[in-house]
Amino acid sequence: MTAPRSAALVGNPNAGKSALFNALTGARQKIANYPGVTVERKAGRLVLPGGAMLELTDLPGSYGLNATSPDEEVTRRVILGELPGEPAPEVLVLVLDAANLEQHLVFAQEVIALGRPTVVALNMVDLAERDGLVIDPLALEQALGVPVVPTVAVRRRGLVELIAAIASASERTSDPHLAHVTLTERRVTAHAIAEAAIVSETARHRLHAKLDQLFLHPWLGPLILFGLLFVVFQAVFAGATPFADALEGGIGALTDLARSQIPPGLARDLLTEGILSGVGSVVVFLPQIVILFFFILVMEASGYMARAAFLMDRLMASVGLSGRSFIPLLSSFACAIPGIMATRSISDPRDRLTTILIAPLMTCSARLPVYAVIIAAFIPNRAVLPGIGLQGLVLLGLYVFGIVAAMLVALVLRRSITKGAASGFIMELPKYQMPRLGDLLIGLWQRAWIFLRRAGTIIFMVTVVLWLLLNFPRAGEGENQIDASIAGKIANGLAVVVEPIGFNRDIALSLIPAMAAREVAVSSLATSYAVGADDEDLQAKALGERLSADWSLPTALAFLAWFVFAPQCMSTIAVTRRETNGWKWPGFMLAYLFGLAYLFAGLTYWTAVWLGL
Amino acid sequence: MTLDLLPIGKPARIVAVDWASLAEEEALRLQALGVDEGAKVSVAYRGIFSGRDPIALTVGRMTVALRRAHARAMLVEPITA
Repeated sequence: MTAPRSAALVGNPNAGKSALFNALTGARQKIANYPGVTVERKAGRLVLPGGAMLELTDLPGSYGLNATSPDEEVTRRVILGELPGEPAPEVLVLVLDAANLEQHLVFAQEVIALGRPTVVALNMVDLAERDGLVIDPLALEQALGVPVVPTVAVRRRGLVELIAAIASASERTSDPHLAHVTLTERRVTAHAIAEAAIVSETARHRLHAKLDQLFLHPWLGPLILFGLLFVVFQAVFAGATPFADALEGGIGALTDLARSQIPPGLARDLLTEGILSGVGSVVVFLPQIVILFFFILVMEASGYMARAAFLMDRLMASVGLSGRSFIPLLSSFACAIPGIMATRSISDPRDRLTTILIAPLMTCSARLPVYAVIIAAFIPNRAVLPGIGLQGLVLLGLYVFGIVAAMLVALVLRRSITKGAASGFIMELPKYQMPRLGDLLIGLWQRAWIFLRRAGTIIFMVTVVLWLLLNFPRAGEGENQIDASIAGKIANGLAVVVEPIGFNRDIALSLIPAMAAREVAVSSLATSYAVGADDEDLQAKALGERLSADWSLPTALAFLAWFVFAPQCMSTIAVTRRETNGWKWPGFMLAYLFGLAYLFAGLTYWTAVWLGL
Repeated sequence: MTLDLLPIGKPARIVAVDWASLAEEEALRLQALGVDEGAKVSVAYRGIFSGRDPIALTVGRMTVALRRAHARAMLVEPITA
């Protein structure tokens, strides 16, 4: 018998599959998408006892082979070998939560009935024991007809035995009768098997029931959630600053090095002004993204995220969404890209589309530099109340403005374009668990890597293109380079369009490169005002003085309102195209957000002028 | 009595479900989570800030969140624990 070359982890959501996957494969994982669909394919390698390599994939959690979400559909097609370009795994490793055996045995029977080589990992036996459940693996093995290995993924217990069982998983024949068993019959069988395998079951004394009394309390629960969110935002915006400054310093040092080592010329300018400042301005957001994801991963791994979704459901329902949209929208405060990717867990397609379309309205970290410069230049730094400054209040107002706008847009969309039956909210609230540091680090590393890879590809390319547009054709003698460039010509045309809402030509010019990323608006304003400072903080300061001298207050306020809406982020558009499989929805997103940006910038400008500000 | 009216903490058995009133996808999901005819359930939590939505239902050793609209489609009879 030859050793199998591929295996896949299959099981219900919350069976501890990901922890088992991390424990079996370590950090050497490859994340890609399944061909043609936008579901993440996680694969890793493990060494079998004979020395052979086996590719292990972690399939999305599933409650049954009749799929109700894109994730479950992929699991079904991979198991059945129906996904083109993805051969069916040779061995199926069924992951069952020992503490929730009866429920998980329903799907298990369906998988075992396929007659493929199968091994059962009876996972989280320690938590089951904590709940007073003792299970006899041998009894389970006899009832199921496949090998059963007790495991505790987070403590690496039972892994060697599980790998040995995978290596020697034998061919089985499918029982044609079993394929036609109904769900109800399977549930009856699951109950019988669980009854027989459970040796003892004491009165439930479950920690998580007590935690739920606190976290799902009708009054305390929401207060705890909002307190927690406050801590998260504090950490994201205050905690990330030293790291972001260090990164900025590093990029500045690289720029200086390039200036001193490379002779002046177009090539050097491309490297310093184009690549280093463009890609660098995006990379400095890495600390914020890592910190936000740390909290999100902890909330997910501990089981709290499902409670947060439960608490937020009522609020989301009032605009036609469900608690499931809360997680993607929370992520969008760091960056809309991971937020939009996180919508994959929303099973209702209309819900998912609505969430994708409003995600860019959450104030992402790229807007902060823009807001910071304008607020510092135009809003007086005085206290409204003791400890509450006017500047901070304006910043908070911009965040609230974005959230309220997102809710209103969702309300309108759910009654028009994404109209349909009110979306439901059905989800399992998993057991509370202590997150394992190793799993968190692997998750953080993967998120950071995806972000950096994008900065190295898409953002890199856009930056180079914009630099070329700004630098060609070359200016003649005594002519301003920006005026002569293609970008300058475009800005002249754009200025006519944005003039009614109070924008001048300099703003029009800054909006073009800001299509790559919003924060580029700051550096390009600085460039066009020819403030020759390298350091961004210094640039921002000097820029602020120039701005307050050159712009009227209505113009500045209109500029802020514009950035609440304007979808100026190539990566968001690109990821929306990928997640919605076409240009229709990113096109719609661009149109409606630019429309609202224009409208609200205009309203702000006209109102401010009318008020005589 | 329908499930949405079941007092918190009172054990009950689902005796009938009006599946036709639920979206097919929702019906499948509820069944997959074990919320089905014959299941023994109890309401653990209901709503926030004195609202009545959503509902956290205990089914066996699991807790399942659902909306009042789903619970209204389910006929339950109280049982003694």
